Amino acid sequence: MLVMSEGDLLHVVTNDNISPARRMLGQGLIWGSAALLAGLGGAQTMQALGQQDFGFQNWRPTLYAYVLWSICLCAGQVLIHGERGKRTLFVLPAALFVVSLTVFPLLFGLMIAFSNWNLSSPTGRVFNGTANLVQMWHDPFYWNALGNMVWYLLAILVEYAIAFGLALLLAGQIRARKFFRVAFLLPLMLSPVAVSWMIGKSMLEPRFGPLARLARALGWENPAFFETAWMAKATIMILDAWTFIPFMMIMLLAGLQAIPKELQEASRVDGATGWKSFWEVTFPLMLPVSITAVMIRIIFKLKLADIVINITSGGPGGATDTVTSFIFREYRERSNVGYGTMLAMVYLVIIVILMTVLMKLADRWMRPRL
Amino acid sequence: MTGTDTTQIFKDAEADRGYRMKWWASRTAIYGALILWAVICLFPIYWTATTSFKMAPDVMKGNMVPWVDFAPKWKGWESIGLSPKTIGQESTVRAEFLKRFWNSAVVSLTSSALAVVLGSLAAYGLSRFSYRFGFMKNSDISFFFLSQLILPPVVLALPFLVLYRELALHDTRIGLILLYTLSVLPIVIWIMKDQFATIPTELEEAALVDGLSIWGAFLTIILPIALPGMVAAFILSLVLTWNEYFFAALLTSTHANTLPVMVASQTGSQGISWWSMAALSFAAILPLIVIGVALERYIIKGMAAGAVK
Repeated sequence: MLVMSEGDLLHVVTNDNISPARRMLGQGLIWGSAALLAGLGGAQTMQALGQQDFGFQNWRPTLYAYVLWSICLCAGQVLIHGERGKRTLFVLPAALFVVSLTVFPLLFGLMIAFSNWNLSSPTGRVFNGTANLVQMWHDPFYWNALGNMVWYLLAILVEYAIAFGLALLLAGQIRARKFFRVAFLLPLMLSPVAVSWMIGKSMLEPRFGPLARLARALGWENPAFFETAWMAKATIMILDAWTFIPFMMIMLLAGLQAIPKELQEASRVDGATGWKSFWEVTFPLMLPVSITAVMIRIIFKLKLADIVINITSGGPGGATDTVTSFIFREYRERSNVGYGTMLAMVYLVIIVILMTVLMKLADRWMRPRL
Repeated sequence: MTGTDTTQIFKDAEADRGYRMKWWASRTAIYGALILWAVICLFPIYWTATTSFKMAPDVMKGNMVPWVDFAPKWKGWESIGLSPKTIGQESTVRAEFLKRFWNSAVVSLTSSALAVVLGSLAAYGLSRFSYRFGFMKNSDISFFFLSQLILPPVVLALPFLVLYRELALHDTRIGLILLYTLSVLPIVIWIMKDQFATIPTELEEAALVDGLSIWGAFLTIILPIALPGMVAAFILSLVLTWNEYFFAALLTSTHANTLPVMVASQTGSQGISWWSMAALSFAAILPLIVIGVALERYIIKGMAAGAVK
């Protein structure tokens, strides 16, 4: 999915006669707006440092200057490079957008991560070196949340099996296929917050909830879904699975439908039936799609927070905490952005390492075995 | 299937009957599984919809079927001012609800549209030309865009919280729109790259020979062909942004609250008045249920993109 050929697929021959004046104009536009940005930014920094008061209310002027500079940079490309600039214009806006909204905040976040910054206290940001790291090292709740993430990630295997089963059912010869497809898709469309109430707070309510009634009818005396640690964790896993199984199911279904019919027919002619045909023909063919689906699911699972925040808020005793919900609560309770950011940054590092390893492994698996 | 009839001349052989039995058994199992899962998927929605018409005793008795078990009442919908009785009157709760609904609609529609525009342009450029930004070639640029997908929201949330305060973007719709666009952009680029890769370059070449510029060819020839993919990407973005809770909870307080934030805040305070929570939840999920049923084709197309190569 990430590999593509280098070199223009679309060959365009143009004669660009760009006059020096036009080139000058382009350069002027870019550097002029850059100078404005630097000037405004410098002035605002000076005010922020308390050296001189220019009467700025907030950092908006610098933001506007930045936006202006971005626009000038795009326009300048066309002025300076002509046809080549017009091509750059396809990618440049998105690239600028992403860079300014991720790279800059990440660098800024790195700065916050090494400081003690309580937003509600008047002292403001205080650089405290690696104190946050030390605190993190001794914070049992953070490690607990990371441990929970491992369990949540393992649940993906079960989700995958169910999703594969459903995809096989939908790919088979059935009536009312459209109805079932829509019905199976719907959980994905629902807002996790609404689902938290619909299922977590009302259907699983121990006294009146329909699922609690069902559990009682099946012989469970006092159904409590969020009392014990493992039960609560399992319930959150099931809820999250309920929302996201359709996602994997649809990717797998697309994969199943792309398998040439001849292959399955050929295997049938060769005498493979049922399980054998599945394990030796369908499953290997589905491996690339499966890996993509599971990888994307892992990415989404690592962001799991909404239902945890809204149903258990991490309880009982942190058993259902995810890293995201833990940091959210940590910020809500102490409004210390420094520590929270440090936790998030460490999480990011772990995720990047994990995903790199997984992608390497997936690459090895997907390579055809000779 | 009257195989036991003694007057019948042609009888099913023992082996055939066994085969047919097996066929029926497998059919029953397949439809049983399908119906079971359909119930699992649909029951919570049914439950929420019916509960919004229940009174307290109905909830406690566990009545399920309207008109049979209990008489539907508009009480839940009255509490957000959307029942036939209150629809004509002034209602502060309804105003509140509509404001949140409007915020959600504006934020999700704008950010999805912005993401589709930016993402389609980038995906088209990456699928047609070779770039070199410093050390980054096409595959690196693609990877850079897609790698944003693994960035968990929590990493950006707190820096943005501080930045938005400084930029006076805290609790504004613009602030949310920027972040939501960022979060769905990788998905849009992924879907659109797949889409553009299926369009042969001969089309543009012909258009360029006919005297169109690159942008002209893109806008008049390629865009109409790629429209289904764009719709798919737009709807998928819409689903994700409409439901987003984490950023909205952190970055808004009174003005720009979206619907999920409102639902979440009511969950605590109205925990026991189920009918009003059910009405609110149902109103929050209804738009997406409608979209899901009506545009299911596009959603599936969007999610299937990239899965199959």
